[in-house]
Amino acid sequence: MKHNIKIVVNGDEYSLAVDPWRTLNEALREDLNLTGTKLGCGTGDCGACTVIVDGRAVSSCLTLAVSVDGKSVTTVEGLAPSGDELHPIQEAFIKTGAIQCGFCTSGMEIAALHLLSNNPSPTELEIRKGLSGHLCRCTGYNQIVEAISVAGEKMKKCCHEEERS
Amino acid sequence: MRLPRFEYYAPETLEAALSLLEDRGEGAFVMAGGTDMMVKMSHGRLKPKTIISLKSIPGMDMISFDPANGMMIGATTRLADILTDLRIETHYPALIQAVQTMANVEVRNMATLAGNICNAAPSADSAPPLMVMNAEVSLASVRGERRLPLSDFFRGPGLTLMQAGEIMTSIHLPAPQVGRGASYMRISARCGVDIAAVGVGVEVRVQSGVFSEARIVLGAVAPVPLRASGSEASLIGKPLNDETLELVSDMAAHESKPISDVRASADYRKRMVAVLTRRAITQAYERSTARHS
Ligand SMILES: Cc1cc2nc3c(=O)[nH]c(=O)nc-3n(C[C@H](O)[C@H](O)[C@H](O)COP(=O)(O)OP(=O)(O)OC[C@H]3O[C@@H](n4cnc5c(N)ncnc54)[C@H](O)[C@@H]3O)c2cc1C
Ligand code: FES
Ligand code: FES
Repeated sequence: MKHNIKIVVNGDEYSLAVDPWRTLNEALREDLNLTGTKLGCGTGDCGACTVIVDGRAVSSCLTLAVSVDGKSVTTVEGLAPSGDELHPIQEAFIKTGAIQCGFCTSGMEIAALHLLSNNPSPTELEIRKGLSGHLCRCTGYNQIVEAISVAGEKMKKCCHEEERS
Repeated sequence: MRLPRFEYYAPETLEAALSLLEDRGEGAFVMAGGTDMMVKMSHGRLKPKTIISLKSIPGMDMISFDPANGMMIGATTRLADILTDLRIETHYPALIQAVQTMANVEVRNMATLAGNICNAAPSADSAPPLMVMNAEVSLASVRGERRLPLSDFFRGPGLTLMQAGEIMTSIHLPAPQVGRGASYMRISARCGVDIAAVGVGVEVRVQSGVFSEARIVLGAVAPVPLRASGSEASLIGKPLNDETLELVSDMAAHESKPISDVRASADYRKRMVAVLTRRAITQAYERSTARHS
């Protein structure tokens, strides 16, 4: 029996009829065509499928779509909703060379968003711990760590300016 | 990765969850964070007919503490919320040591302590510290409730004293006591991302400079988290020094019954039991004296 669920993804509300055995990853990629979120291992080990559900970074491959009924989801597509202006995290990833093949990138950026929302000035160790569930086969991680610290600085500045204006 | 087919319920009361579980019988499983179940299902090792999620039951994710009665952690409390609870950090640091090494940020945002216990993996990181601290678990069924010491709970890999139709509702830790201290140490190939190759939990009571009580539980070196009762006994009446540590840690290695697998050889595991036991006793001792002041 399909379940009717309502989810808000990147600010847009969707009504979906899903089988109970459908994962959030399948629902996002196949039903909503939001293919920015990747599927790597499917077992919680690689981080490629990371999305934010009600403020928490989770693995969409280990989450049932029915279980997010009524919840709010942020995927990498939500970082730059207009598609014109990039999010400071995306900008920093590009500038520091933190992207090669790009397969891990959406998960890394969502993890970075979760980390920086809870801890605006993480130390290098805190960044590495925050990414411990994420594998990257290309970059060697150093550029990713740097990108997140650069993005953190930038995000603090823009928030600061918003407060002043 | 396609999951097997099952029906899914997310009842909003414990009573409704219990009667569903009773009604559906064999093939019905409760799900908390799902981090063990989803992996088993995608590997084809678990084919539930019915999944009953506990996450819509209000209040089941509560943590409460009072200095006289101790700590109560609800069955759907996420590991991430345990890590940020200052009361747990202050009074039960050994539990924090276990939880912070478990998995990764994303998994800790989903997984629960009760799920870790009910899953009953011999390597479950939370089991040794909870057992040495004399944790108890509350179980409910349509027939009523009962409370068991965690030390009796594990029966084998994936096997527990929990009966069909029972749901774990909460985990309890006794009130912190002056003169006691606990520690958990673990080792694995790739820090938290991989499960423990060896884990050691220790709680001691120190009176007049000697150990007067001790509990030592070894993880991942037997079919269940293992009480090292010989090692515990050999610690009693002794002060903390190299001689004591050597005696007790060798004994713990001797008491462990590890197997060789992809994570480590049996021989390496035995040696690591000795190393971690030594470190955990030392830290538990330091924590017990810190509580004096
Ligand atoms: C990438 C990854 C890394 C991991 N690393 C570690 C690690 O380092 N250390 C470690 O110990 N574990 C680790 N795990 C295993 C897992 O995350 C933990 O065991 C977790 O605590 C399970 O909790 P859960 O809520 O997700 O359980 P679930 O998957 O929801 O349930 C597990 C089992 O317990 C039963 N159950 C759950 N709640 C209840 C209840 N209230 N009453 C009765 N039965 C119940 C379920 O029916 C099921 O059989 C890891 C898992 C992944 C995917
Ligand atoms: S695809 Fe989900 S963690 Fe790898
Ligand atoms: S950029 Fe290729 S996996 Fe990270």
